[in-house]
Amino acid sequence: MAEMSAMNRKLIQNLAETLSKQVKHFNKTEAECLIRLFNGLLGDQSDRRVGNGLDRGKFRNILHNTFGMTDDMIMDRVFRAFDKDNDSYVSVKEWIEGLSVFLRGTLEEKIKYSFDVYDLNGDGYISREEMFHMLKNSLIRQPTEEDPDEGIKDLVEITLKKMDHDHDSRLSYADFEKAVRDENLLLEAFGTCLPDAKTILAFEQHAFQDPLER
Amino acid sequence: MGIALTRAAQWTTASSGTGKLEITPVNESLLKEILEFVEQFSSRHPQEAKHVFKEPLQWTTSLEASDFKTEYDISGPSVKSQETDKDGRPMLQLTPPSISVHSFSQLSKIVQLAEDKRLNEVRACLEANRDPVAKMLGPSLATVEGEDSSVLRLLGKVKEGDQAKEAEIKVNLIILLQQLDTQLLSNSLKQISQEVRLSPAAVKNDVELLKNFCSEGEKRVLKSVQYTSDYEFTNGCRTPPWRQVHGEICYLVIQPCDTEPLHITCSTAGVFLNGGIRQEGEENAYDRTSDVYKDLVTLLKSKSPHFAENINKQDFAVQKEPPTQKIQHVELVDAEEQGQPQRSYEHQEKNVHEKARQQLVQNKPGGKKKLEPSLKWKNLGLASPYEEADDKKSKKNAASEKFAETQEKMQKKADFSVSLPGRQSSNKTKDDDFSESSSESEEDEEQPERRTESNTDLPSEYWQIQKLVKYLKGGNQTATVIALCSMRDFNLAQETCQLAIRDVGGLEVLINLLDTEEIKCKIGSLKILKEISRNTQIRRAIADLGGLQTMVKILDSPDKDLKCLAAETIANVAKFRRARRTVRQHGGIKRLVELLDCVPDSAALTEEQEKDVEVARCGALALWSCSKSTRNKEAIRKAGGIPLLARLLKSPHDNMLIPVVGTLQECASERSYRIAIQTEGMIEDLVKNLNCDNHELQMHCASAIFKCAEDKRTRDLVRQCEGLQPLVTLLSQADNKQLLAATTGAIWKCSISMENVAKFQDYKALETLVGLLTDQPEEVLVNVVGALGEGAQKPANRATIRKCGGIQPLVNLLTGTNQALLVNVTKAVGACATEPENMAIIDRLDGVRLLWSLLKNPNPDVQASAAWAICPCIENAKDSGEMVRSFVGGLELIVNLLKSTNKEVLASVCAAIAKIAKDEENLAVITDHGVVPMLAKLTNTTDDKLRHHLAEAIARCCMWGSNRVLFGEAGAVAPLVRYLKSKDSSVHQATAQALFQLSKNPNNCITMHDNGVVKLLLGMMGSTDEVLQEAAAGSVANIRRLALANEKARFPTTVPESEAV
Repeated sequence: MAEMSAMNRKLIQNLAETLSKQVKHFNKTEAECLIRLFNGLLGDQSDRRVGNGLDRGKFRNILHNTFGMTDDMIMDRVFRAFDKDNDSYVSVKEWIEGLSVFLRGTLEEKIKYSFDVYDLNGDGYISREEMFHMLKNSLIRQPTEEDPDEGIKDLVEITLKKMDHDHDSRLSYADFEKAVRDENLLLEAFGTCLPDAKTILAFEQHAFQDPLER
Repeated sequence: MGIALTRAAQWTTASSGTGKLEITPVNESLLKEILEFVEQFSSRHPQEAKHVFKEPLQWTTSLEASDFKTEYDISGPSVKSQETDKDGRPMLQLTPPSISVHSFSQLSKIVQLAEDKRLNEVRACLEANRDPVAKMLGPSLATVEGEDSSVLRLLGKVKEGDQAKEAEIKVNLIILLQQLDTQLLSNSLKQISQEVRLSPAAVKNDVELLKNFCSEGEKRVLKSVQYTSDYEFTNGCRTPPWRQVHGEICYLVIQPCDTEPLHITCSTAGVFLNGGIRQEGEENAYDRTSDVYKDLVTLLKSKSPHFAENINKQDFAVQKEPPTQKIQHVELVDAEEQGQPQRSYEHQEKNVHEKARQQLVQNKPGGKKKLEPSLKWKNLGLASPYEEADDKKSKKNAASEKFAETQEKMQKKADFSVSLPGRQSSNKTKDDDFSESSSESEEDEEQPERRTESNTDLPSEYWQIQKLVKYLKGGNQTATVIALCSMRDFNLAQETCQLAIRDVGGLEVLINLLDTEEIKCKIGSLKILKEISRNTQIRRAIADLGGLQTMVKILDSPDKDLKCLAAETIANVAKFRRARRTVRQHGGIKRLVELLDCVPDSAALTEEQEKDVEVARCGALALWSCSKSTRNKEAIRKAGGIPLLARLLKSPHDNMLIPVVGTLQECASERSYRIAIQTEGMIEDLVKNLNCDNHELQMHCASAIFKCAEDKRTRDLVRQCEGLQPLVTLLSQADNKQLLAATTGAIWKCSISMENVAKFQDYKALETLVGLLTDQPEEVLVNVVGALGEGAQKPANRATIRKCGGIQPLVNLLTGTNQALLVNVTKAVGACATEPENMAIIDRLDGVRLLWSLLKNPNPDVQASAAWAICPCIENAKDSGEMVRSFVGGLELIVNLLKSTNKEVLASVCAAIAKIAKDEENLAVITDHGVVPMLAKLTNTTDDKLRHHLAEAIARCCMWGSNRVLFGEAGAVAPLVRYLKSKDSSVHQATAQALFQLSKNPNNCITMHDNGVVKLLLGMMGSTDEVLQEAAAGSVANIRRLALANEKARFPTTVPESEAV
């Protein structure tokens, strides 16, 4: 058993070494901590497909419990953004890469990430319909209104007016980037997809506390 | 009658204490009935009429003693009835203007006596006694809502039989009163049900519709419809407030096609023609000149046949609409007002909150939007009026159905928005059982606070902002952020947008957002608040809503952007005193000072450090605003702000330096700061920044030096840091008056040190300053003249001023009114007058007369300064004695100033008198004006400056007639002797001279000797001051001579000792 864990530790260290070189925001120790955390999370998972990584449900649980996200659709999209190879599992590499942006990304990285999250069909544009879809729960429905969607539609128009610089009724990456650079608040224009400072701090404290104790 | 009075009668809200009964048909009929009841009471129920009231009814009456006839004792203006109660008190007592009455029989009599004033009397009585029943029968029978068991209790008493007789009468009385009450209620109900009261919203709707009919073409029904006033109060009324109390909503000028223009008043009671109010008409223009109509259309129909004809042709649903809407209002208001039938002061206060909420209800566009389409539809209907009757009918039905629907929705909205659960349930019960009468009076009460809902003449931004605020209220974080970002795209510097945000209730939401946990929402909200708080009204509103407290809390946030925004917003809001106090009281100063802690000037800053610098800048901005209050200055110092400000003063950036120096110069009014600025080496930085190229910064630096340079050490520091030259250079910026004022101020204060004057001389500052004596604002002039006054202490400068032609403008300034300026001008003129050449010019310009007339100035500083300036003038003018005499009443004026209580005035006047008294004729005149006893009275002073000039004046005045004797008799000698013990040598000289003069009188010598003058004088004789020496010796000689003469008289044989002295 001891031999096994020693070998494991060696493996983890090697992996951390490699990954920390590929990902710019974590050093080796931090990468190691995150790998351990990942393994810990995997361990809880049913053993069947351990090899592949975190599945959608598991990942969504983390987003919900650790990062306080609530919107189902956005959580799905965040999973998609992490799962770069589209195999429905977040591998350890995808985990570290994803968290790198998620926790410590530069504005540019975050813009790219948010755009990926909001571009539901992945066609490179956020269309009216996609916006509507993402914003549809953002207003309290008032039963008295004739058209309950009126407010949402209006909100979509407001957003387009603000962000659609080339006036093609959809947001390209360039539109989105320019709008966010002008007004940082618009980074999460269509729903919370990044953790706030407090949560990040709490998570990092928890994850990086002392590697030996984990 | 109690219930009828509280419920049915229409009270105005004109005054908070006692209400007034409005002049309305309902009230009039109520009063008439009560009157009738009272009038017949004593004949119908003689026994009950004699019942003595528990408490008298008291009111302010218009009756006079002469109105009373037999049965009354009249003594002067007051009247007592002969009828008394069992204790002998009169049942009626009149001490104008108040009257008190104890029984119904007397009330009846009054009503009969009052004749045509009876209605007014009843009204005054009821206004003063809101619950007459309680007064008549005692508070146990006061009017109460619901089941009332008091009568039963009373009946019980009747059975007990103790005071059976009286109680029985009481019961009878109460039954009678309650009958009246019921009768009144039922009558007024009838009236009220006929009448529909108007509201501003309904009137507005009517007017909008009528305006639509003013279109050109043959179908037009009216020529024009205009309000007399474009200004609309927040409650929707357009009448001046003192007319709103009468229920008037607005005035219109309607020009029908066929008659003269109609001047119409719309009031809550109805619509009527007035005496022709155009803009701000005379009072009688408000009077009613026609019957009251229930609405505009009815009035127009009766006044304009053309209108009646055409309007009837076009049967539109219009006329249906206003009443429907009105009912909506009644319900809405009622829902909120239930359970408070009695109006009280607190109640009104509460309404303020209710108003806000109600606004919210009305601002929900849901209800409104529903109204709009139907309006449009109506207009369409107008365009094609010849539709088939059936069609119209069905449309009408559709319309009314739609209205019913709308109304229901509105009601639901109201429920939805009323957040208190208790209120919601009360809504329900109210719907069931509210009586129309009560709703009437309450609607009226609410009315001045109601807002109109019309969407005309408001800019489109208003509606867009209203929509965004709706999303802010009803959205999650994402929607809120989008709405906030979109709101920022409006031109928030524009007042329309700023006020729109406030008016649609946006401020409340924005401030509430600051209390949430969502950083993005807070940032978005603050970005907006920061912009709109440039508006003074918004600032006040933010403070009223408690925004400052929240923003102060945000200063603790770890997020630096957030801190910056909060501090910047505080900087904007804290521009008025109450806000600054709020910031301090909630610990804001300490937090703001903490923001200042950063590394301002290291060469390579990390991104984080740069953010810290930005935070510090915003903190300094906020402190700058706050530092305008004295207590905040103290708080900043206590929080350790001074060293932090000193560190930031080293910053290389103007945008940091401006708020920092701004704060410092603001605080430099406090001594503690001046010392700190001096000791912390801030002068050097201030001087350094005088050389920058930012005028604002230069101004604040100069202004800081101005305030600090009262202190000698600071003046020296400014010179040592080579700050004088840049100050002189700045004088060339004559276009920037604020900068010029600050610069000249600094030069003035620095000139107090002679070393600095010499420097300024080198830099040719005076030449420039003289050039600034004309065409400058007063704040500049005060400083320029001050600087010249200091500079002129040096002879060379006095010549310079003359050569540059500075005397004339200076003398011209003597005619000004600014007191600070006058103090400086007199000083400068006085300084110049020490040069005979200058004096000649001053004399030619009649400057001495001007100075002399300034003695009449009420300000003691000006008086003193003028008197000081007069001294050198008299000394240096040719024929000064003649000149002084030529001022009619001048000598009397200056002698009378000796009555002043101001030490400086006294000293200066004494000095002037000493100069005047050199001329013998003048001395004679001032002696006649009683100068001797007045000077003698002042001798008990301990002020050395005054002692000096007083002694001088006494010495001079001794030269005339019997003045020496008079001084002695007035007791001036003994105090003068004590002056010799003073530490001030100038006092010694003047005193010795005075004593020398006084000692020429034997009695004075005795007094001096008795007060131990000899020993003191002997000391003075050893002085190096020759004048003092001589005067002291002279005095001693005189005393000695007297002693010798005395001895000689006693021992005539003794050898004269005069040689020995």
